[in-house]
Order: sequence, then C-alpha cells, then structure tokens
Amino acid sequence: MNGLWDWDAAWAVLPELLLAFVQVTLIVTVLSTAIAAVLGLFIAILRMSVPKPIAAVITFIGDFIRMTPIVVQLLFAYWTFLTIEPLTIGIVVFGIHYSTYMAEVYRAGIDSVPKGQWEATTALSMSKRRAWTAVIVPQALRATVPALGNYAISMFKDTPFLLTIGVVEMVRAGLTFGGNNFRYMEAITLAGVIFLLASYPTSLLISRLEKRLAYNY
Amino acid sequence: MPTTTDPHAAAGDGTAAAVPAIRFENVEKRFGDNVVLKDLNFEVAKGDRVTLIGPSGSGKTTILRLVMTLESLSDGYIYIDGEPLTHELRDGKRVARSEKAQKQIRKRIGMVFQQFNLFPNMTVLENIIEAPVHVLGQSKAEATKRAMELLESVGLPGKANAHPLQLSGGQQQRVAIARALAMDPDILLLDEVTSALDPEIVGEVLGILRHIAETTDITMLIVTHEMQFARDVSNRVMMFDGGRVVEEATPDVMFTNPQHERTQAFLHAVLGSGDGHIGTH
Amino acid sequence: MESNFEALAEAWPRILDGLWITLQLTLGGALLAMVIAVVLGLGSRLHNIVLRGLCRAIMEFFRGTSLVVQLFFFFFVLPQLGLALPAMVCGILGLGLNYGAYAAEVVRGSINSVPTGQWEATTALSMSKSQQMIRVIFPQAWALMIPSLTNYLIHMLKGTAIVSFITLADLTYHTEQLREQTDTFFAYGVSLVIYFVIAYILTLIMNALEVRAKHRLGRGESLREALTPKTPETAAAEGGRKA
Repeated sequence: MNGLWDWDAAWAVLPELLLAFVQVTLIVTVLSTAIAAVLGLFIAILRMSVPKPIAAVITFIGDFIRMTPIVVQLLFAYWTFLTIEPLTIGIVVFGIHYSTYMAEVYRAGIDSVPKGQWEATTALSMSKRRAWTAVIVPQALRATVPALGNYAISMFKDTPFLLTIGVVEMVRAGLTFGGNNFRYMEAITLAGVIFLLASYPTSLLISRLEKRLAYNY
Repeated sequence: MPTTTDPHAAAGDGTAAAVPAIRFENVEKRFGDNVVLKDLNFEVAKGDRVTLIGPSGSGKTTILRLVMTLESLSDGYIYIDGEPLTHELRDGKRVARSEKAQKQIRKRIGMVFQQFNLFPNMTVLENIIEAPVHVLGQSKAEATKRAMELLESVGLPGKANAHPLQLSGGQQQRVAIARALAMDPDILLLDEVTSALDPEIVGEVLGILRHIAETTDITMLIVTHEMQFARDVSNRVMMFDGGRVVEEATPDVMFTNPQHERTQAFLHAVLGSGDGHIGTH
Repeated sequence: MESNFEALAEAWPRILDGLWITLQLTLGGALLAMVIAVVLGLGSRLHNIVLRGLCRAIMEFFRGTSLVVQLFFFFFVLPQLGLALPAMVCGILGLGLNYGAYAAEVVRGSINSVPTGQWEATTALSMSKSQQMIRVIFPQAWALMIPSLTNYLIHMLKGTAIVSFITLADLTYHTEQLREQTDTFFAYGVSLVIYFVIAYILTLIMNALEVRAKHRLGRGESLREALTPKTPETAAAEGGRKA
C-alpha cells in the first residue's frame, strides 16, 4: 500500500482503462467527429444561403453553444432525455458542440478561396451550383482537414467530461478503481499516459498533413 | 580607442587615417553550399564614402550585413578601427570574440535598411531615443533634444509624436536615418535605402543623405542602384561580381571610363545609355 | 412557472457564491497560464538545446494529458504523495498548467511572426537581448496573440464546470442543486445564460485589449474612438472624409 508506484495496482487497472478507452473514448471521438464534420458544413452553408436576419440567429445560437460549458450541456441533455442512454447523449452533445467550431472553420475555408477562383468560374460561365460543388467547396474542404483533426484531438481530450453524466470513460474507470483500492496514483497517471500516447503522435501526423495539404496560390 | 599593440593607434589624430575604419581579410560567406563571398579583401579608410555596385546576388548587401553582425562570418576576419569584430586570430587559431566585445564595437556602427524597420509599437520620437537612452545611457531630456534636432534636419520637425505606420515610405526612411544618426555612429551602413520608395520621393531621401555626407565625417558604406547618388556622395566605388571585387576606382573614373568588361556591361545595363556615362547637371 | 422564479430567487445568493468560485478559477487560472505561457514560449526559442527541449516537453506533456486528468492528479494523487493542496489551488494549478501549455505555443508562434527586420533593427541599435524582447518584439507579438488567447480563456471558463468533482461548489454545482426545485430546462437555461454572459464580457474585454494593442502599433482606431457610438452623422462625416 505504501511507496510511490505500485506495479500490481498498475497492472490491475490497465485492462479496465484500455477497455474504457476502446468502448467509450474512441467511439465517442470518432462518431462525434463525424457528426461535427457533417453538421458543421451544413451550418456553414446554411448560414451563407439564408437571409441575413436568419443567418444572424444561426450565428448567435452557434456562439451560444460554443461559449458555454460542454459539461452543462451534457447535464442538460441527460436530465431532459432520461430515457436515452448516456453514451448516446454524450456522442450527440459532443458532435453538436464541436459542429459550431467546425462551422467557423468551414466559413474561414470558404472565405480563403481566392477571389480569382470565383472570377474564373464566372469567366467559364459555370452555374452557381457547379461553382460551389466543383470548385469552391473542394478547395475549402482541403484547408479544413487539419482543423478537423485538431478538433478531434481536442474532443478526445474532453471525453472525461462524460463522467459527469455517469459514462464510464477512462478517468471514471480510474476513479472507481482508485476509490475501491485507496490508490489513485496508478489509475490517474496511466489514464494521462494513454491520453498522451494517443494524442501526441496524432497531432504530429496532423501537422505533417497540414503542410502537405497547403496550397501555394 | 583601438588596442595599443596596433602601431597605427598611437600615432594620434594626424595619421589615424592609416588605420582603416573597416578592413575585410580573407572573408568568406557561405549559405549552405552557396558561396556568396570568397576570399574577400578590402579596406575602407576613415571618413571614406564607399559605394558597392554590381548585379543583384553579387553579395553587396551581405557585406553590410556582415559588418552589422546580422550574418555570421563563415571564414576570415573583419576589423573595425583595427579591432577584430566577430573573430580574431589567437595563438594561430581563429576564435570567436565574446558577445560583449562585439557589442562594444557594434555601438559605433549604424545601419539604415531597405524596409526602414521602424518599431511600430513606438512613436517616431520613441524610436529615435530608444537606443540612446537604453543602450548609451543618455538622459531622456538629452536624447529628446538631440532627436528633435535630427527630426528637424531630416525635414520632419512636426512628426515626433506620429506613429511610424501613419507616415509615408519616404518619411519613414527619414525617421530611420535620424534613428541611426542618434547613436552618433562612426560608420553608417546604407542598404538600398531608396529601393522600397516610390520614384518621386527617392530624391528627398537622397538629398538628406547627401547633406549628411557633406556636413559630417562619418564613414559610409553604401549599397545602391542610384548611380547619380553614388557619384555625388562617394569618393570610391567598388564593382562586385561573383563575390569578388572586380574593379575599384573613384566615381569619375568608374562611371566615365570603366576598365573591366563586367563593369562596362553592368553600367551599360543599369544606365541604359549608349556610352555608360551619367549625365551631368 | 411561478415556482421556477421563486426557487431561483431563493437560490440566487448561492448561485452568486458559485459564480464567484467560477470567476476565481477562471481569472486565477488565466494569470497562472499567462506566466507559464511566457516562460515556456520564450524557453522554447532558446539556443540551449537542453532547456529548449525541456520547455517543449513540458508543453507537449500538459497539452497531451487532458485537463480533467491533471485536475484529478492534483486533487487525488498528490495527497497520496503527502501534498494535500486546497481544492481551489488544485483547480487553478490544473487549469493554469493545461491552458498555459496551449498558450505557450501561441506566444512562441507570435514572437516568431514578428518580421526579421525588427530583430535586425534592434541589433543595428546595439540593444541587449532583454531590451529587444521587452521593448520591441513582445509588444508587437502581444497584438498578434490576443485573439488566440481569448479562445483559450473561454475554453478555460468552460473547463471550470468540472470542478464540483474536486469538491468546489461552482456555478454548475449550484445550478444542479437548483434543478431539484425547478424544471430541468429552467435550471440549465439559467446556468447557460450566466456562462454565456461571462464569456461574452471576457471576449469584449479581450477585444478592447486587442484594439488598444493594435492602436499602439499605429493600426486601427484608439479604444476611445472604437467605443464612441457612431451616430449616422459622424458615420457620414467619416465616409465623407474618405471620399
């Protein structure tokens, strides 16, 4: 029970952490990223195609979601939809929360397509629709891939917030183990190590991708 | 004053000119595999105004940046007033000098840049008094008084409290000149100071530099494409090509009767006139 | 409906206490984060490869291991090592270290994007290393880093909502209590609106700092000009001046 580090405790808690990692952390990250990517694009395009007052309302709702804590949003959804499984609630809330970030990314991506590209579609007499789908969106998306990756990592590191609605993700599993054995050292440290081992290489990969995808106009 | 081991140093003011203000000895500068300067030797005497001319990429600007220690020397030595700047020969070995020693020499050198490089977080006046107060330790009042005189002399007496970015390019460059002069440099490096300016305001900046050349004895090393200015201000012109000095002469000789064919070709190209002469006016 | 507001009125003093905890964590965390960001940001530009590597490693460590893990480490694990810190200190440490590591990258990047000409001019004026950083480079980098720092400040505010798990009765905790007396929608509505208002005020303050920083660099209007409400006449006059 004494000592700084107890290998027996570490070996005992590791399988539980890894199980939670695969069953919750990874699943939430992947599914919520997918929701954020699609919903975000939808919001971005919607905002550009509706009249100004409606666009302003959409922007306000987006700001509101983005500037308030995901923890409160999780609790809100949890107590409102008591019949839905907490994990599902977590996936949807994370997806919606991050879609407001992604919408901003897409908007910036669309803005960053040089004016000359629009002018070229006009010069070629392309339809508005064709200009969007064949020229503008593909270029805008390319610039947004690294941002999406970075938000996925950010979401990954936010998954412990799910413990507030009782989802047994890694940290919750660690806390439970710690509470039962009166040792938090190994469980919390290992959870941190797993986060680091998963997120650091991924962020390196993304920054390499970012360099490769960059256009040189 | 230079070290007393230097035989020229003790000679006093009468023959002090014998110690060159700047001396390059076997200087080499490489960027990676690209050799920009090779085995370069030349001297600039005190009070000299030397203009470096030559095609772009010939290493002229690199020479100024080496003197200002903005680039590191790949090989060889640079002496300022007989004192080694960045490296010295000690016991037969080439060793780097301490940052402290370099700093003492650097204080005597001023530079005006092509892109002005004024500090945007300071007003015009603050730009000028910054280094005199915080580097030379002058009092604020003293530095401000001098700064106002300098602003007057560059024709911007009313702009002391303006922000650099509110000024035109020509005005910014005049402030930059005042800022360099506020340090009372013995040596002034002018790096294509008019290249970023609109043609119609090049004249006002050159006029100020001409005035400085006439009224002070500051040693000047100049890189410029303004051949008329080079002819008016300098007493020596050095033609560079491929990292070497291919010809050096007084401006009169250089611009009217260049010897080397590279010089002839270069002057022909930049001046555009048939005989390569600069018109007199 | 009636009972919702009655319950809110009754709970209001406690909610204000919770808000105070949230603000202490946010502002304390932000101050600590800024100190850490400057130290690590400058440290990761050092020539000394050991110190630079150390700074980078610390940055990557605190960025990579998740805020919640760090908070819980300080609160649950440190006592096991004989260091039991007050919950508020754990909260500020966790928030400050985590977001300080993120902000360090912002500081580093902003300093690197100050044009090289500015560095060269400081050399030409024989300024010392500390002079060039304090008087010339950092003031310019500061204007560049504010927008990203604002983002992290809002992230930090949102991150504080987890601290009831380390026994701090913050805004989220007290609105949870409120929920037991009111409709779910009402309780969380109040909570979200309060968080939003704080975030909005913080953003306004940071925007004001940015306007001021840019104005000092001679770009954009002064804070006073920016805050002066533009009546149609003055706007027209400005337009007229430009025309």
